[in-house]
Amino acid sequence: MSNFWNIWIIVPTLLVIFGCVFILIACSKNNTGIDEGKSMGHSFDGIEELNNPLPKWWSYMFYVTIVFGLIYLALYPGLGSYKGLFGWTSSNQSVVSNEDSKAAVEAAKAEDRLSQYDREVAKADAKYKPIFAAYLATPLEELVKDKEALKVGGRLFLQNCSQCHGSDARGSIGFPNLADGNWLYGGELADIKKSIMDGRNGMMPPKGGLPIDDSELKGLTEYVVKLSGREHDAALAAQGQGSYMKGCFACHGMDGSGNKFMGAPNLTDGAWLYGSHRDDIEASIKNGRTGMMPAWKEILGEEKVHVISAYVYSLSNK
Amino acid sequence: MKFNHELIEKNIGLLGIFTVIAISFGGLVQITPLLFQKDTTQPIEGMIPYTALQIEGRDIYVREGCYNCHSQMIRPLRAETERYGHYSVAGESVWDHPFQWGSKRTGPDLARVGGRYSDKWHEVHLIDPRAVVPQSNMPAYPWLMENTLNGELTRNKMEILSNFHPTHNMYSEEELAGAKKAVDGKTEMEALIAYLQSLGHALR
Repeated sequence: MSNFWNIWIIVPTLLVIFGCVFILIACSKNNTGIDEGKSMGHSFDGIEELNNPLPKWWSYMFYVTIVFGLIYLALYPGLGSYKGLFGWTSSNQSVVSNEDSKAAVEAAKAEDRLSQYDREVAKADAKYKPIFAAYLATPLEELVKDKEALKVGGRLFLQNCSQCHGSDARGSIGFPNLADGNWLYGGELADIKKSIMDGRNGMMPPKGGLPIDDSELKGLTEYVVKLSGREHDAALAAQGQGSYMKGCFACHGMDGSGNKFMGAPNLTDGAWLYGSHRDDIEASIKNGRTGMMPAWKEILGEEKVHVISAYVYSLSNK
Repeated sequence: MKFNHELIEKNIGLLGIFTVIAISFGGLVQITPLLFQKDTTQPIEGMIPYTALQIEGRDIYVREGCYNCHSQMIRPLRAETERYGHYSVAGESVWDHPFQWGSKRTGPDLARVGGRYSDKWHEVHLIDPRAVVPQSNMPAYPWLMENTLNGELTRNKMEILSNFHPTHNMYSEEELAGAKKAVDGKTEMEALIAYLQSLGHALR
């Protein structure tokens, strides 16, 4: 802050405070020429103004607030760029990037003048960092047996994942159910962790990008219904099989069991991300679908993702 | 004329003037310096100016009164930064006129909501919040899907926003010329989602 602005802040602030002292003292003296308790000569509707002094308790309170204000301005930042005797700050408000923010904390730590927020974080880190570090050092196969870790994972799931996957992890139309044991990208611990860390981008173009005519959709839908083992119209499904062989198998497999490397759904498991009704299936084929899971590595950090992965796995592997 | 308290007490105009002078000290001391500080007037590193579609989305955010229930101000408290990310700094709001800090959180803070959810999630959630979050008490905004934008004023909005940039030249001539085309025919839903996805990337 430049000198000009320092003066701009400091001078009026102190002027106002000392001005208050001046007015208070001036008004405490009787300089009206009328004795205390006598009439000032104003009378409105029979109500008379008497020359009474300021109440003592009130003027003392006023002095107390002035003294408080001056002490506060001495201890805490308030007068321009003066930092105050305590050197207190709430946070590093002038940081301009993530790196800058980290550097500001390190610099403050070196000089032992952490901001209030950074002190709060340092205290929490001292307590929680070792816990999460220990979790991260534990292989996921072991972590899923740790009841306490799963509880932590459950809390983190509710806070960060439930918005899409539901507080019971049972998802909704377009957002995968994580508790039913069916997986688009694989249900092994490593698969789950990768899905959360890096996110997933699933995309089926309209009609799989294949030369499929609109007139074939009914049959193809019926064939997909057949793959899932439901009651179907055999003749229609046989027609649809021809369409399926135009290329659907490339992602969904010859037997319709899907492909976890591209997130192509298994069509035989009875789990329907976008609805099981024939109309839903037909709409999926006709218009295609896109599914996007954001990457959480940057937002949550690997420690937390690690614990959440164990929790998600535990939902379908009791 | 004798200058005493009787003069001020009996002249409402004079009383008004002195009152304004007395209370303006606070504003002069606290607000005016901030209009001239680098911390509060310069964008932080990595801030990307709103695109044409994001500007329209921001106007819809304001129109629908999202700020009544959602703040865009993460305070420097660990309980908040654990949930929302790095606390907000002044340099992140330099292009927001009016600012969208809000003062009440019926819903969560949105200062860093960009990238946390998929576009599809936002769409489903704005049409009917209960479809994805059964416990939600947020109103539904289905008309965003039906209303389309024509981009008549988008260029003007970008030019006005440009004035707040240090160089007064935030957008290239191509960007300004393409503004109408970038927005024309898009639904309000697309614009709002584009805006929401742009929020808070500069700090994490």
